[in-house]
Amino acid sequence: MKNKSTVSKVLKKIKPYSGYLFLSIISAVISVSLTLYIPVLVGDAIDNIIDAGNVNFKNVGILLGYIAIGVVGVTVFQWIMNYFTNVISYKTVRDLRREVFAKFNNVPLSYIDSHSHGDLISRVINDIDAVGDGLTQMFLQLFSGVVTIAGTLIFMLMIDWRIALTVVILTPLSLFVASFIGKLSHRRFTRQQILQGDISSYVEEHVGNQRIVKSFLYEQRAFEAFEKYNNELYDVGFKAQFAGALANPSTRFVNAMVYAAVGIFGALTAIVGTLTIGQISCFLTYANQYTKPFNEVTGVLTQLQTGIAAAARVFEVLEAADEQPDPENPVTLENCKGNIKIDDVSFSYTKDKPLIQHFTLDVKSGNHVAIVGPTGCGKTTFINLLMRFYETDSGKITIDGVDIREMTRDGLRKQFGMVLQDSWLFSGTIMENLKYGNENATEEEVIKAAKAAYAHGFIRRMPNGYNTVISEGGGNLSRGQIQLLCIARAMLTNPAILILDEATSSIDTLTEIRVQKAFARIMEGRTSFVVAHRLSTIKESDVILVMKDGNIIEQGSHDELLAKNGFYSVLYNSQFAKTS
Amino acid sequence: MFKLRRFLKDYKKECIVGPLCKLFEAILELLVPLVMANIIDVGVKNRDSGYVIKMGIVMIALGAIGLMSALVCQYLASRASQGVGTKLRSELFLHINSLSHAELDKLGTPSLITRITNDVNQVQQCVAMGIRLLSRAPFIVFGSLIMAMTINLKMSIIFFLAAALIGITLYLVMSKSLPAFSAIQKKLDRIGLISRENLSGNRVIRAFSKQKSEQERINKATEDLANTSIRVSRLSALLSPATYAITDVAIIAIVWFGAVSVNNGTGMLSGDIIALVNYMTQILLAIIVVANLVILITKASASAGRINEVFETQPSVVEKKHTDIKTFTDEKTPKIEFKDVFFTYGDGDDELTDISFEIMRGQTVGIIGGTGCGKSTLINLIPRFYDVKSGEVNFDGVNVKEYPFTQLRGQIGIVPQQSVLFSGTIRDNMKWQNKDATDDDIVRALKTAQAYDFVSKLKNGIDSHVEQGGKNFSGGQRQRLCIARAITGNPKVLILDDSFSALDFATDAALRKALKAFTNDMTVIIVTQRCSTIRNADQILVLDDGCLVGKGTHDYLFDNCETYREICLSQLNEAEAKK
Repeated sequence: MKNKSTVSKVLKKIKPYSGYLFLSIISAVISVSLTLYIPVLVGDAIDNIIDAGNVNFKNVGILLGYIAIGVVGVTVFQWIMNYFTNVISYKTVRDLRREVFAKFNNVPLSYIDSHSHGDLISRVINDIDAVGDGLTQMFLQLFSGVVTIAGTLIFMLMIDWRIALTVVILTPLSLFVASFIGKLSHRRFTRQQILQGDISSYVEEHVGNQRIVKSFLYEQRAFEAFEKYNNELYDVGFKAQFAGALANPSTRFVNAMVYAAVGIFGALTAIVGTLTIGQISCFLTYANQYTKPFNEVTGVLTQLQTGIAAAARVFEVLEAADEQPDPENPVTLENCKGNIKIDDVSFSYTKDKPLIQHFTLDVKSGNHVAIVGPTGCGKTTFINLLMRFYETDSGKITIDGVDIREMTRDGLRKQFGMVLQDSWLFSGTIMENLKYGNENATEEEVIKAAKAAYAHGFIRRMPNGYNTVISEGGGNLSRGQIQLLCIARAMLTNPAILILDEATSSIDTLTEIRVQKAFARIMEGRTSFVVAHRLSTIKESDVILVMKDGNIIEQGSHDELLAKNGFYSVLYNSQFAKTS
Repeated sequence: MFKLRRFLKDYKKECIVGPLCKLFEAILELLVPLVMANIIDVGVKNRDSGYVIKMGIVMIALGAIGLMSALVCQYLASRASQGVGTKLRSELFLHINSLSHAELDKLGTPSLITRITNDVNQVQQCVAMGIRLLSRAPFIVFGSLIMAMTINLKMSIIFFLAAALIGITLYLVMSKSLPAFSAIQKKLDRIGLISRENLSGNRVIRAFSKQKSEQERINKATEDLANTSIRVSRLSALLSPATYAITDVAIIAIVWFGAVSVNNGTGMLSGDIIALVNYMTQILLAIIVVANLVILITKASASAGRINEVFETQPSVVEKKHTDIKTFTDEKTPKIEFKDVFFTYGDGDDELTDISFEIMRGQTVGIIGGTGCGKSTLINLIPRFYDVKSGEVNFDGVNVKEYPFTQLRGQIGIVPQQSVLFSGTIRDNMKWQNKDATDDDIVRALKTAQAYDFVSKLKNGIDSHVEQGGKNFSGGQRQRLCIARAITGNPKVLILDDSFSALDFATDAALRKALKAFTNDMTVIIVTQRCSTIRNADQILVLDDGCLVGKGTHDYLFDNCETYREICLSQLNEAEAKK
């Protein structure tokens, strides 16, 4: 059963805290037995109060003393039980979040690219929260419940085993009812969590891109689409809640019936004469005590079910296939020279749409390679393969003669410094962002790199200079400024091979030329790849690769290619074409 | 918490009838022991099996009626809580939609996601549990208090003392843990933020091999959250044991003072003590439920506070609602006019200084200048994403501040710097500007944007799936789709904010040619870094550090504007520039 396996998976995650669990259970045993025992003591004390002038104060005092000790015990152990259950569930929640997060960095990049981020975030936030809630409730009710059941069972057996048996046989009826209702509503709880994720991803997309939403006057339509999810969530949520909430009254009804049955059966037995009235009333009290935990468990059934449905979604992420693991004995490159060989590589994102086919290229150490071509021709894909963000379908890529699959990914990527098309900064100060690739850089080094990237000027003008906090994704900066910061960040890493994928597309050409000069100084003697549309920026390259539809169709220096009068010269001359 | 009361308004019926049903059920439950007492006292005593069975049937009937009543309560509680949650989400989303960009930046997307999901869930859960459980406890507490008073007025002082103590404990725990619960939600935001960053910046993180340090970041954030949660649970875990302790101490007091009273013969019987103890136990059982509710309520009020914070945030750019704008659409009035415009974000230095220019109907205008010189800021003023500090921006001869947003922004098609598409199909995306766009409109726009070639090659054509952000398309393809999206609705003004940066020159040129043919009276504003893109424009505006340093045609500016000349020569040689 799927339900069960999810629960057992969650329980496995609790294992590290079995110490707390053990203490929690012990505390539950102590505090529950004391709660069951204290009323007995109170009864005894009252038995010592008969009427005026006939009160045994000594005995009452002693018994009240015992009760006081008992109360202290209950208070302390109940607190320990509550507290430790919370500790277990919060720590499990913490572990789960970490694990899911670690997963984000272990799955193939294609997983991240093809899943809605809002939905994944909802799993980290909402689903794991629901798992935590479910855990707390489960433990709290389960521990005290089991102990109460066991305790009352013993008391009942001591009085009369036949009636005890009646109660024991009848009470699980309520469990059947509860589990039947649980099964009925499970699908709705699952759907509820899925919709929760849909809503998150819709909000992530449309609130994250409010500027576009606003400029297209899309607010009303975005709202309508949101309402569709929202209303469906109402519908499903209502049904799930109600179905889940059915369980508690139903079990209480079943238990009331059990109570009535015990009463009637007991009364009839008493009429026959084998049971005293006092025994019946005792029985009824314990029957009540005994069924209470069953009622309480069904009382939190909705939370448990939400938790199970949520846990299933969390495990769905945790069980996604990892990237191909790094080799066991990886080759490490010392003093990477930057000889890169691409040998008959084929690749496609989707099976039915071949992109790169039988691609072969030999780059010598220190070469400056420029890649040009129409959009969608595979330039960025080529870089994805080079840095092993994606795996080749066939063929191999070697650096200094070593297959990149024989190195660790970290070892491979350390050789590269890159500025990507989708420039990205994280929320934090500018200084932290610049040091991202090289934490040990000194402040002077950072400023030097910023100057070389022509970012120093605008950084200095910002309210707090290098300590200015930029919002997530670099929201308060222009794209050009973000690119300059990314370039400065890459300059600080001092890599063996440099990749610039449309790194300067949003930077004005004056600045770009200066930045390029700075790069040229750094790149002297190192291999570099530059993807660019502005052909002016790549004229100086040693080799220009002209790509089209995943293949290299022309190859050579700027002058050679122009002389060839082929595709490159068409591209180059198109920038002088008149539109009218 | 109380500020969100208005959301309960539509569920008045549920909020009143629900608890009443619950109360009714509780009363029925109290009757059961009486019936049982009758079975024993009358039935067993008289050995009357017929009576026993009759009363048994009454008990079953009581159970059945109780069940119905409870079901009604559950039904109403589910309806009210889900309804309140749905309404909260919907109004939150609407309100977020009305905020300007400055406010959204401040609140942050990940935090808004948590608020609209997690925080609303907390409030929703609180409403449901409130309706289900809150009515029973006060009923039993008050009932027991009154019963205690009728038994023995003096002894009922113990009850009042206990009730007051429990009240104080609840209040203390609640007020102490409220800030902690707010802090917890904020820490949850942070986890959301880090997760979001790691998803959107995953390539960069892998490229820099920063997985370990990112993991440390989340470890710290989750540790922080766990610690705060555990710390607050140390306090909230105290609630039910403390209640238990108070009531049991009260029981001890009842027995002791009861014993003294019985001994003195001042009117108390040992049976009275039993009754008082029983009532105290009733109170305890009722309050334990409340104690659990209190934690829920505290959590919910922390969440309610965060939701309120969003509702209380007001947009900085406020729309004028009246609709009868008299615009001037004659040939002489410029389509767009900037008059002595100054602009600044917040309180910083001026981003734009004294900008004045006119753009006539149907003109193609280029805006060029260095990185961070204010180009994007300038065009953001046209659809009034921000308000100017001083000066005027006029559209069809009327200040943009006078327009309703629909009338102003409805005329403007914008292609933003960040080419973002939305999940759905290409067709869905193309209908953003005009939801009634026909296939022909869409194909025409795609052709103009030079996107039809690759779209028609896709298996499902314009019905092909687009992933969130448009990740399944290359940068250049995305840019062209964004352009097509903007022109599908035939806007009067098209603003292209550096929208050719990912296009090769051939596509760039073909696109501009096609745009020219697309519509003759469309005013086009092109922000760019490439001088070849705008060399044929009717007018070029040259910006330098927030100032307008040149306006005119390519030939004029090349000879007369030093900044422009420099930019051109950085991309082309003198001969090429003059070609």
